Amino acid sequence: MITVDLNRVDIRELNQRLHDQNGDDGRTPWRIVGPDGRHSIAVGLDATLTVTVEGHVGYYCAGMNQHAHVTVNGHAGPGLAENMMSGTVRVTGNASQGAGASAHGGLLVIEGDASSRCGISLKGGDIVVGGSVGHMSAFMAQSGRLVVCGDAGAGLGDSIYEAELYVAGSVGGLGADCVEKDVTDDHRTRLTQLLCRAGIDADAGSFRRYGSARTLYNFHVDHAGAY
Amino acid sequence: MAEPSDSPVLRQSATFPPETIAEIQRAASEGLYDIRGWGAKRRLPTFDDLLLLGASLSRYPLEGYRERCDTNVTLGTRFAKQPIELKIPVTIAGMSFGSLSANAKEALGLAATEMGTSTTTGDGGMTNEERIASKTLVYQVLPSRYGLNPDDLRRADAIEIVVGQGAKPGGGGMLLGLKVSDRVADMRTLPAGIDQRSASRHPDWTGPDDLTIKIRELREITDWQKPIYVKMAATRVQYDVQLAVKAGADVIVLDGMQGGTGATQDVFIEHVGIPTLPAVRQATDTLQELGMHRKVQLVVSGGIRSGADVAKALALGADAVSIGVAALIALNCNRPLYLKDYEALGTAPGYCHHCQTGRCPVGVTTQDPELEARLEPRAAARRVRNYLSTMVLEAQTLARACGKSHMLNLEPEDLVALTPEAAAMARVPLAGTNWIPGVAASD
Repeated sequence: MITVDLNRVDIRELNQRLHDQNGDDGRTPWRIVGPDGRHSIAVGLDATLTVTVEGHVGYYCAGMNQHAHVTVNGHAGPGLAENMMSGTVRVTGNASQGAGASAHGGLLVIEGDASSRCGISLKGGDIVVGGSVGHMSAFMAQSGRLVVCGDAGAGLGDSIYEAELYVAGSVGGLGADCVEKDVTDDHRTRLTQLLCRAGIDADAGSFRRYGSARTLYNFHVDHAGAY
Repeated sequence: MAEPSDSPVLRQSATFPPETIAEIQRAASEGLYDIRGWGAKRRLPTFDDLLLLGASLSRYPLEGYRERCDTNVTLGTRFAKQPIELKIPVTIAGMSFGSLSANAKEALGLAATEMGTSTTTGDGGMTNEERIASKTLVYQVLPSRYGLNPDDLRRADAIEIVVGQGAKPGGGGMLLGLKVSDRVADMRTLPAGIDQRSASRHPDWTGPDDLTIKIRELREITDWQKPIYVKMAATRVQYDVQLAVKAGADVIVLDGMQGGTGATQDVFIEHVGIPTLPAVRQATDTLQELGMHRKVQLVVSGGIRSGADVAKALALGADAVSIGVAALIALNCNRPLYLKDYEALGTAPGYCHHCQTGRCPVGVTTQDPELEARLEPRAAARRVRNYLSTMVLEAQTLARACGKSHMLNLEPEDLVALTPEAAAMARVPLAGTNWIPGVAASD
């Protein structure tokens, strides 16, 4: 176990030490203490590292993560795991706005609630939220899955492309071109697998599925009011 | 006494000229705004409204063919460990693969490399052809985040956070379905053939305070190696430049309203933003007030066409200029070839702005393999290289005539204006006077 105390080491040194592992098969786990809401903790990782942050983090924790497994034992600020490519990021508390923004791959687990625009511009990553998400979540989401075990705020999936949304609780309103879709056995099976991978105890049978109606894919004047 | 003519007297309306009538009737027929490529076509104050004052008795010229006039420029000296060294102060602006063909992107990269300058990716990410062809490649981080990934971030030479572009300040990108080929769709994680409308705001930050944190994140990811540019459309220049400096930009790229686009609403192109001429002066003044001129480098773009434009932009304080449409014209855009294909688009060489259709007759702005094959990358690169070389030779000629041994030694004092408007915008005297509108005369 390598422990880094951010009260003694600055973010630059921490990230450089983590980047020095890039491309390696890092076997020694890293423990980061004293984050105190600092920004850009463990960004740009590119190795199979296991990193645990003990406390709350600021903006962009685990941004653009590749391969690494990052756990935050606390809450996270905006842009958590933004543009993540692979690996896993887990937050035991809540996450602020834009969690998992434009994530291309990997798995983001938020055990508490996520604020607005969770999964905005999602591009292939999977996001599982144990609690609820705020308004405009999955805005313009292109690919990947957003699973919400609680409720979703207004404007869910506005202008969505091919991402899949699952919500167990209530939905405050669907955004433009987002519609409820059937849940097949195949969807339930894959959702069960995802929940299992996320370590979230929820019944896949209790979720409703949402996705694109695909009516806005090509502009037509008769749909102008939807924009 | 002359007989009255039988021909009718036609009187054109100043309010409703034929093109306005045609546009109203087009809108009535189609129910949709006009979408097109290129930049503003309306008349605007430009660098043509300025003149350089060559040397005479009060200034020494340099020998035109014998004495050096250096053109090198370094971008990103503020924080980056590896600033960009350019041999010429003219760069290739960001244009996407998708909007442009792969051959066009490759040709631009080859030409930029041969001339010792940089080229820039666009909405949709970096192609391998482009990376291989470009010795110095600037990687754009756009609101859409299409194709954005940390591997390309690290293999780029600089990073450009795009806040806006001159053709559409406050607007997002647009790529109509005809150009969203399988390869383009795959790079953007979108279904092929859809009308792709990208976001106008970044998904994970809003406002200048967030931008400060975002820039630091990108620096952390790239270990503070790469210069970080912030590209903005020219609108509220004084405020935006201040905020970009405060946010930590190494380089500010300012795009005037003449800046081009692959596809945007005509109403946007013609009616939003300010011209490049006033923008560059406002940006320079702001940087000087902050004590950051030449510390944060300024790159201006939007309607740059010639060495004269380069010299005048640099005299007004820019460190470099960037070209987009002009580079495409050098590739072959609007060249009188394949005339029937221009006709099929309802246009003609010299007038074409139909990039949005994907049916570019000369293979520049298309994803159609047959059309793209009309643009051979090496030959096209040679044309762009020749054009860049000509621009630089022209600019050096003018700088030497003003007595400057380096392009960056040009200064506002070398300029006068032909119109009161240009004098006010550039804050240089009206030619033959000491009058700068809005500036109190000194005794």
